[in-house]
Amino acid sequence: MAQHTLDQAPVPASPGAGALSPGTSPHRPPGRLRRALRSVVPGPTADAGGAALYRRWWLPWLWMAPAIVGTTVFGVFPFLNTLLVSFTDAKPLGGTYNLVGLDNYTRMFGDSDFWLATRNSVLYAVIVVPLMILLPLLLAILVEKNLPGIGFFRSAFYTPVLASSVVVGLSWQWLLSDQGLVNTWLEKAHIIREAIPFLSDSWLILLSAMGLTIWKGLGWYMIFYLAALGNVPKELHEAAAVDGAGSIRRFWHITVPGVRQSMMLVGTLTGIGSLRVFTEIYMLGGSTGGPGGADRTLPFYIRDVGLDPLTGNAGYGAAVSVALFALTLGLTLLAQRLTKEDES
Amino acid sequence: MTTAVDKPRRLMPRWRDYGRPRELVVRYLLLVFVLFITVGPLLWQLLSSLKGPTEDVFGSGASLFPHHPSLRAYRQVFDQVPVWTYIRNSFFVAVISIASQLVFSTMAGYMLSKPGWKGRKLVWVVLMASMMFPFESIMVSLFLSIRDLGLVDNLVGVWLPGFVAAINVLIMRAAFLAVPREIEDAAMLDGAGEWKRFRYLYLPSAYGAILVVTINTFISAWDDFLWPLIVLRTEDHFTLTLGLSRLQSSSFGYDQRLVMAGSVISVIPVLVLFVITQRWFYKGVSSGAVKL
Repeated sequence: MAQHTLDQAPVPASPGAGALSPGTSPHRPPGRLRRALRSVVPGPTADAGGAALYRRWWLPWLWMAPAIVGTTVFGVFPFLNTLLVSFTDAKPLGGTYNLVGLDNYTRMFGDSDFWLATRNSVLYAVIVVPLMILLPLLLAILVEKNLPGIGFFRSAFYTPVLASSVVVGLSWQWLLSDQGLVNTWLEKAHIIREAIPFLSDSWLILLSAMGLTIWKGLGWYMIFYLAALGNVPKELHEAAAVDGAGSIRRFWHITVPGVRQSMMLVGTLTGIGSLRVFTEIYMLGGSTGGPGGADRTLPFYIRDVGLDPLTGNAGYGAAVSVALFALTLGLTLLAQRLTKEDES
Repeated sequence: MTTAVDKPRRLMPRWRDYGRPRELVVRYLLLVFVLFITVGPLLWQLLSSLKGPTEDVFGSGASLFPHHPSLRAYRQVFDQVPVWTYIRNSFFVAVISIASQLVFSTMAGYMLSKPGWKGRKLVWVVLMASMMFPFESIMVSLFLSIRDLGLVDNLVGVWLPGFVAAINVLIMRAAFLAVPREIEDAAMLDGAGEWKRFRYLYLPSAYGAILVVTINTFISAWDDFLWPLIVLRTEDHFTLTLGLSRLQSSSFGYDQRLVMAGSVISVIPVLVLFVITQRWFYKGVSSGAVKL
């Protein structure tokens, strides 16, 4: 009874494994690989003297199969396929297609709309990331102290995260329209004479969309920072306060170094997120993506050129997708390098 | 219990225990200010949806609060717009996503938490690789696959690409790793097989992670917009987010109150879930950090 290894238990080990009774396979002495493996990863049975490896080698794969299929077919394969499709002129709705070599890429580099979309996406990241690193941190500091009712405030600040981008987009659309609350109030306060064209000027649309992204993400990263702030020793703050350091100095010299790693992570996550923006532009700039498509981001442009049922060219869309991926990868590598430099 | 009470510390702290009065006032003022910014737009949406037909929603004549509150907009949005169809479609996608994600990510996460089988490294690499590609950079290819499977304009096509996600496998794995080995050894000595240990030891110990996966999956399915927008074509198959955006931009010129009512309706399920399982929402935020 003491010799139960992972699949030698008297009860059928798993669905489909009942056919082999424990006695049918004789105990095999551990091979070299097994011994080596066991020395690296001490398993539950490493001390029982039995083989740590599954006797039926396919059993783990059976459990893993759906996840492997899912992540391969809908995660890894689509990327490889994107690379392939980018050398063709495939249409989104099917039919024959031809190999066109690097045509899609040459077209892309000469396509001013592509560069405009790239500029919008990069600009989005450049403006959103610093604000997204800083504002939620300030918010987290504000709600960190356990005051009466603080739970309510934390939950309330989190609500924009819960609503879908479409719902908050609609809300902002109404707030920022010519007759909307913001313009009405500004007019009533005699700050402006005419309505600010938040939803018709291409720059203002882009800025409003950035505002929407930041507003919707505040609560999420606030919670994120809240966990990090818990790890900053309270004694440091107290000691600094005794030494006469004001709250601003304590923020820069104690809080910021304490949550530095989280800040890097937030920067990376929001940077990647900025390159993925679609719904905000769609809701505020309309289905064209701003006047004449001037506010389209890269995902928006991919959908326009690659997936339009009538005029779309999946091959070209795939080429732009590769560009988007390259940009994301570049950003990730940059962030990794900055993090590493920061640590050393 | 009822021995001499020697007046210990007060149970309820006094206001002055929280800090200097001036600092407190500033803090609360700031809190209310941020509350105004974060909740204001959504609250305004709710208030406007409750306005009666004679009240202005926009323009200088519009007040903040409804003077003649009515649920007319809610009745009308259900009468004039196939909201029930949208809700049913959204729920369909959300429920099958949760089911498949839970089943497959617990299974995979469990095996991945186990030592002693060949190929774990390879599986790990595949999972990590699948998280490298932003959805937007593979959506063209995903659409072509969905088209080849004949699932365009089909809710199954909306669900399929996300039927299992690597991130959830990692979350489950981390939860299973936290189960003490000694307990499993004991269960094994008592003769519990793989399935029994999974079902009666591991799954109950990981209920927190299971909740996190459920919540994350529900929200991302319920709030998703871009992928349904690509896959779905006819109104009968629209999800709620798609229906709402179409409602707003449609040439019928719906009463804005109706659209607002629709958006309020769409937030309710998520809000209810949040109120019930708040703690786990916050847990989900930190587990999202594994995404890198």
